[in-house]
Amino acid sequence: MSAVHRILLILSGLALVAVIFLPIWRIELDAAQYPEGLELQIYSNKLAGQVDIINGLNHYIGMKTLHAEDFIEFTVLPYIILFFALAFLFIGLLRNRKLLYGLFFCFLLFGIAALVDFYIWEYNYGHQLDPNAPIKVPGMSYQPPLIGYKQLLNFGAYSIPDIGGWIFILCGIILAYCTVREWQNNKTLKLKSYEKL
Amino acid sequence: MTFTKYILTSLMASAMLSTFHACKPKGAGSAVSGDAAEKVYVAPGKYDEFYNFVSGGFSGQLSVYGLPSGRLLRVIPVFSLDPEKGWGFSEETKPMLETSHGNVPWDDLHHVQLSKTDGNYDGRWVFVNANNTPRIARIDLTTFRTAEVLELPNSGGNHSSPYITENTEYVVAGTRFSVPLDGESGDVPINTFKKNFRGTLSFVSVSKDNGNMELAFQIETPGVNYDLSRAGKGTSHGWFFFSTYNTEQANTLLEVNASKNDKDFILAVNWKKAEEYLKAGRGRKVTGLKYAHNTYDEKSHTAKTTFNTETVVLKAEELEGLCYYIPCPKSPHGVDVDPTGEYIVGSGKLAAVIPVFSFAKMQKAIQEKQFEGKFGGIPIIKYESALYGEVQKPGLGPLHTEFDGKGNAITSFFVSSELVKWNIKDLKVLDRTPTFYSTGHLMIPGGDTKNPDGKYVIAYNKITKDRFLPTGPELAQSAQLFDISGDKMQLLLDFPTIGEPHYAQAIKAEKVKDKSVKIFKIEENTSPYVAKGDKDARVERKGNQIHVYLTSIRSHFMPDNIEGVQLGDEVYFHVTNIEQDWDMPHGFAVKGAKNGELLIMPGETQTLKWIPDRVGVFPFYCTDFCSALHQEMQGYIRISKKENNVPLIYSLGTNQPQEKTN
Repeated sequence: MSAVHRILLILSGLALVAVIFLPIWRIELDAAQYPEGLELQIYSNKLAGQVDIINGLNHYIGMKTLHAEDFIEFTVLPYIILFFALAFLFIGLLRNRKLLYGLFFCFLLFGIAALVDFYIWEYNYGHQLDPNAPIKVPGMSYQPPLIGYKQLLNFGAYSIPDIGGWIFILCGIILAYCTVREWQNNKTLKLKSYEKL
Repeated sequence: MTFTKYILTSLMASAMLSTFHACKPKGAGSAVSGDAAEKVYVAPGKYDEFYNFVSGGFSGQLSVYGLPSGRLLRVIPVFSLDPEKGWGFSEETKPMLETSHGNVPWDDLHHVQLSKTDGNYDGRWVFVNANNTPRIARIDLTTFRTAEVLELPNSGGNHSSPYITENTEYVVAGTRFSVPLDGESGDVPINTFKKNFRGTLSFVSVSKDNGNMELAFQIETPGVNYDLSRAGKGTSHGWFFFSTYNTEQANTLLEVNASKNDKDFILAVNWKKAEEYLKAGRGRKVTGLKYAHNTYDEKSHTAKTTFNTETVVLKAEELEGLCYYIPCPKSPHGVDVDPTGEYIVGSGKLAAVIPVFSFAKMQKAIQEKQFEGKFGGIPIIKYESALYGEVQKPGLGPLHTEFDGKGNAITSFFVSSELVKWNIKDLKVLDRTPTFYSTGHLMIPGGDTKNPDGKYVIAYNKITKDRFLPTGPELAQSAQLFDISGDKMQLLLDFPTIGEPHYAQAIKAEKVKDKSVKIFKIEENTSPYVAKGDKDARVERKGNQIHVYLTSIRSHFMPDNIEGVQLGDEVYFHVTNIEQDWDMPHGFAVKGAKNGELLIMPGETQTLKWIPDRVGVFPFYCTDFCSALHQEMQGYIRISKKENNVPLIYSLGTNQPQEKTN
């Protein structure tokens, strides 16, 4: 395993530790009367931003109020991220190529699972509306976009990774790069030693 | 006269009249040049460059305008009831209007002083005076609300106020009407003015940390009328200057009897010396007074009144080096100190010149005892010994002077209705421009500081007549904005004002705007009547008092159905706005309330007292359009006869008790 890749993996491992304490995702809302915008930040273990104000507004359309304790994810997510951080560090130190391939596979799987989980939550919040809500628009649901922009009545909702999320994605890209390069190097190495024979 | 002759004469007369008419100078229309609109245009959504705090005169309020647009941003209630904001109507704000005379619901607010550090505005507080029932108020510029009101004893007509020293060490209050001092000794014949009437100058100290005011001491002087005042600055820091009139000491028909003397006085007070005398114990402790001190606490959202009973008085004529008189022509009104602190401009409102005094010359005159006698035991410095020079033929009726920071002064003229710009060094008139009409005060942003922002001057006019669409016999007074960045003053804008604009000050928006409070944090609310959430909302009976702890949030009150209140009960609605979102106040009003409404900011608790006068069901509702369901934000309170024994119940969303639902 090349020294460059090992350093990259170790640095990524350290960066992942930071992700535990940084906001991972953000949903920004804006409307005419909210020129300053409202934002909801999702950390590995909590919700932040103007949660109470958003909850207050959501009662008009009958959306359930957001409470961190409703999300089981917040109790396990910090440990999962910590697990990955340690895995990055160890593999960087142990220089085990097989394990590197395994990590890449797990990390990718986790990323996809997290997005699917996020989508399901958004779907449920957007669709499970109180039938006694003051404002009912036939056929309207209020599911925020998984990523990107969507107009929900008078609010524009913009969903994007936050700083922690970007670090996470960057770590994924670095991991992918290291994995591919190591795989290529290994192949040529094997080829060279084959030629020598 | 034959009929033909009559016709001819009439024709000739009207021809002559029309010729004269054509000779008349053109009106105000021509005074505005082409780019005026551009200079005052602040595009929608853009901010003004300055906050302009303008006295509301006999409205008792302080208004806030943006400059240069002249847009009204806010009216801050101070000394008068304000039904719009529930000021003086809610139980929490009532104590702010408390005085030794009881609750005084009105006053006459004249002068505005922004707090200063090193002689420049620091954007922390605005001080204003009550002219009628002598008081000084402090407005907090994080909330734009009145935070404190201090009544002044031994005073009548607090006009010479609330001028401040260059580090806001003191806010002063010179009594306009000399009066017998407070207490029993005040019962004297009015014509014993000379003997029994005294002039007091109150020095109110201001805490650097929180702005809290305290009457530090009073200086007792001969009975005259104190008009205006200014602190020294820079070289003259440590001194205060008060203009006086009625040195004739008349007590009747003052317009004649107080205009006899050729010269009245500017009283120069060495307040650093006063501090020394206080330390040395030369003050006389006066007890048996009663004056109110009202403070508003932004955590408990409640005002309280305490009454003070004593103060320390320094007698001017007994303490050498404390006070000196400088003769000043004809009933001086304004006394204004230039940015360096060296020049003191007196404006005799009946005088034909503007005298400019030199602080250095005055000090020399004191050292060399160049006095021309004494008045009431206080030395009078010789006019020539203190005089730097006179501005000749400036106009008629000079009132006030502000400074542009480029070595020039601008003086307002009431009688000749104009502003006149003159150079401080050579005392030459540089420019004059008409005002519409009869300017009182004028204001340059930072015009009384060490570093004026000489971009604009505003004339605050007493008379507007044809300037705006007529509105019956009562017309708005006005502010008139001029560009003074060039050599010639250029009229840009007229805008009407709230009440009578006396003095005003303006500060760069940056020094204030980012400190503005958006909400009060509900968790920091320490009101004894707070309901921090729906779980705290309740109704309690205490004897014949009903305490309703209401929460308000878009778009309901909790509770909204209340029963079991009896005729003869006093109902206290304690409304807590549990919103935590900026610009989301809720109002509260109940049918038949003989006081007013509440307007409650997010995180705040306010109380409305209501004494029901008949049985029945009374609606209450939110008065400030808060949301799409604002019209649904309402409730009912039922008032029953005592003998009906209706149990005290309250609810929201479900009917209580269950069996009585319809």
